[in-house]
Amino acid sequence: MSNPNPLGTTTATFVGMPKFPTMAKDALANTRQRRNLLHATHTIRAKRAAVVDEVPEWQDLRRNGADTKDEVLANLEQYLVQLEQKLTEQGATVHWARDAEEANRIVLDLVKAQGVDEVVKVKSMATQEIELNEALEAAGIHAWETDLAELIVQLGDDRSSHILVPAIHRGRAEIREIFRTRMGQVGRPAPDNMTDEPRELAEAARLHLREKFLRAKVAISGANFAVADTGTLVVLESEGNGRMCLTLPETLISVVGIEKVLPKWEDLGTFMQLLPRSSTGERMNPYTTMWTGPAADDGPQNVHVVLVDNGRTHVLADPVGRQALRCIRCSACLNVCPVYERAGGHAYGSVYPGPIGAVLTPQLRGTSSAIDQSLPYASSLCGACYEVCPVRIDIPTLLVKLRTQVVDEHRDGRPSVEARAMKAAAWMFSDSSHLTKAQKAATLGSKLLGKRTALGAIPGPAAAWSGARDVPVPPKETFRQWWDRTNGGNE
Amino acid sequence: MSTAREEILDRIRRAQTDSAATVSVHEAPAPETLDTQPMLELFVENLVDYRAVVHQVGAGEVAGKVDEILRNHDCRSVVISPDLPDDVRPGELDPTVDDGLSAYDLDKLDAVVTTSAVGIARTGTIVLDHTDGQARRALSLVPDVHVCVIRADQVVTSVPQATAVLRPSVEQGRPLTWISGPSATSDIELNRVEGVHGPRNLEVILVR
Repeated sequence: MSNPNPLGTTTATFVGMPKFPTMAKDALANTRQRRNLLHATHTIRAKRAAVVDEVPEWQDLRRNGADTKDEVLANLEQYLVQLEQKLTEQGATVHWARDAEEANRIVLDLVKAQGVDEVVKVKSMATQEIELNEALEAAGIHAWETDLAELIVQLGDDRSSHILVPAIHRGRAEIREIFRTRMGQVGRPAPDNMTDEPRELAEAARLHLREKFLRAKVAISGANFAVADTGTLVVLESEGNGRMCLTLPETLISVVGIEKVLPKWEDLGTFMQLLPRSSTGERMNPYTTMWTGPAADDGPQNVHVVLVDNGRTHVLADPVGRQALRCIRCSACLNVCPVYERAGGHAYGSVYPGPIGAVLTPQLRGTSSAIDQSLPYASSLCGACYEVCPVRIDIPTLLVKLRTQVVDEHRDGRPSVEARAMKAAAWMFSDSSHLTKAQKAATLGSKLLGKRTALGAIPGPAAAWSGARDVPVPPKETFRQWWDRTNGGNE
Repeated sequence: MSTAREEILDRIRRAQTDSAATVSVHEAPAPETLDTQPMLELFVENLVDYRAVVHQVGAGEVAGKVDEILRNHDCRSVVISPDLPDDVRPGELDPTVDDGLSAYDLDKLDAVVTTSAVGIARTGTIVLDHTDGQARRALSLVPDVHVCVIRADQVVTSVPQATAVLRPSVEQGRPLTWISGPSATSDIELNRVEGVHGPRNLEVILVR
């Protein structure tokens, strides 16, 4: 085999997507989305900080969490085999999928075997990544998202823009409109007198989805954790839609990335503290379901688990990049990121937006497409993401490493504008006389600009950079010139 | 043509050629342990903070309190597991005893009364392992009022103590439900709304 660790497949939705700066520029012009994002990210940021401060041993928990995940990744084969054995002992059926296509085929066959034309779904990043809903719809099976935000996204023919709150870019008025126009087409319509009060919108979702929960025969979920030594799967949620899907239907199919495994049951003692506080900023999320195969006389009796690679072993093969697989999808890094806060999730061209998306996606999919080449640059490298990450993923370092990879891939062609600029900068800083010359030229240019303090978009090679940023006007006088003129400030 | 399983495991082996198989794991911090009184106070405080209603009663007063709660919610029907202890059993309403009721049956019932397995003070969480009086998972999910009885000696301070207590249940293949307040969503402009799909009312009776 020429490629022992193939990349994950880029799904149809994201093929040919323009690069991050292009997407971000559109997003920046959307003032309503920016307002929604600003409010949401700052609210959740403050909540997280407050509940993390309640835990004096937080840093020890982070270290334990990070090391536990590293230990899993170092012995992944052993833990996956153990997980499979325990799940099988407990009466579940385990399937393995090399990529998205294989995973979708397995799930589709399992659904078809039940002779149904609809499934209910628990919110799951893994099923989004493999575009399972699209695969099911193509086969004539409706996949109903049951998380409120996923429902908003699905009914609005939209894409998720946040790991935790997929409809973070939508305001209440938009949501009311989506519910009023679309709910009736796929089930129970929204009440006629529904206002845009969040309580009433949630109530409409409750009524709309209740009939789907009660009649569902098959549910599809992901999992936050899969415990190897007991064969237990774990799903954390808030609304109860997860419990409905994991409890009421006869058949339960869970799509689980191979990095989700934890060695032992007791590890949940750490992760059940790290995840809720980092994710929703709560001491604990309202509901968590843990199941260990089918339970006697309780819940689904036909239980399947699909373990998915889809590029994860490719990430694993990079000794540094590997740590991105520690991610427990809490989204804390999105909420503190100055770039995400302004650009929103769609600009990242993947189901994993924000800082973690910028490091995970190019590793899962490779850096061959325009969007994936631009992702490592979608960061100011401020480091806030590393500080809040519950499993201590050093995202800034990984971003720099990925940038190196992108630059290296372009070494053979014509040097880019950036490369030429860097060459010029190297010449300028190599000798103080060079710098003086360059500064003189800059201040001369500045005098021509009069009273302006900033330039708009400038033509030429810097156009791409200045298209979305203000370029400061060079100073009228450099520090050295001032020093010489005032005799070191003494005059 | 190798199977997907073999190929994935083979990919993992190749990916790890450079890795040391041993990672020294920074130990999990020792869980905080509070004395009984402050622990129970914290438990109640955190439950209330997440919009559960808490009642503290003595051992002989549970059934009366259950009746009172059901009255306050104007409940006309209540469902219980066949092995709910008598001292927890509602007396005023004639309870529907679960004999494998369908989801549609449960949807017509107003309330459910269960016992619990363990409580966690630091997070305001109650865990059910669905043995004995705790009923099947569907019972504590579909009706709109969940009355949950927990004894003071079932409460621990923090999460790791709870996972330790729960290991035997998991090894027996029991499912677990962790409950922290009524269901909630923050999906609309991050405004927290209580009561989405799960019970909109969680009434906790702490037996001291």
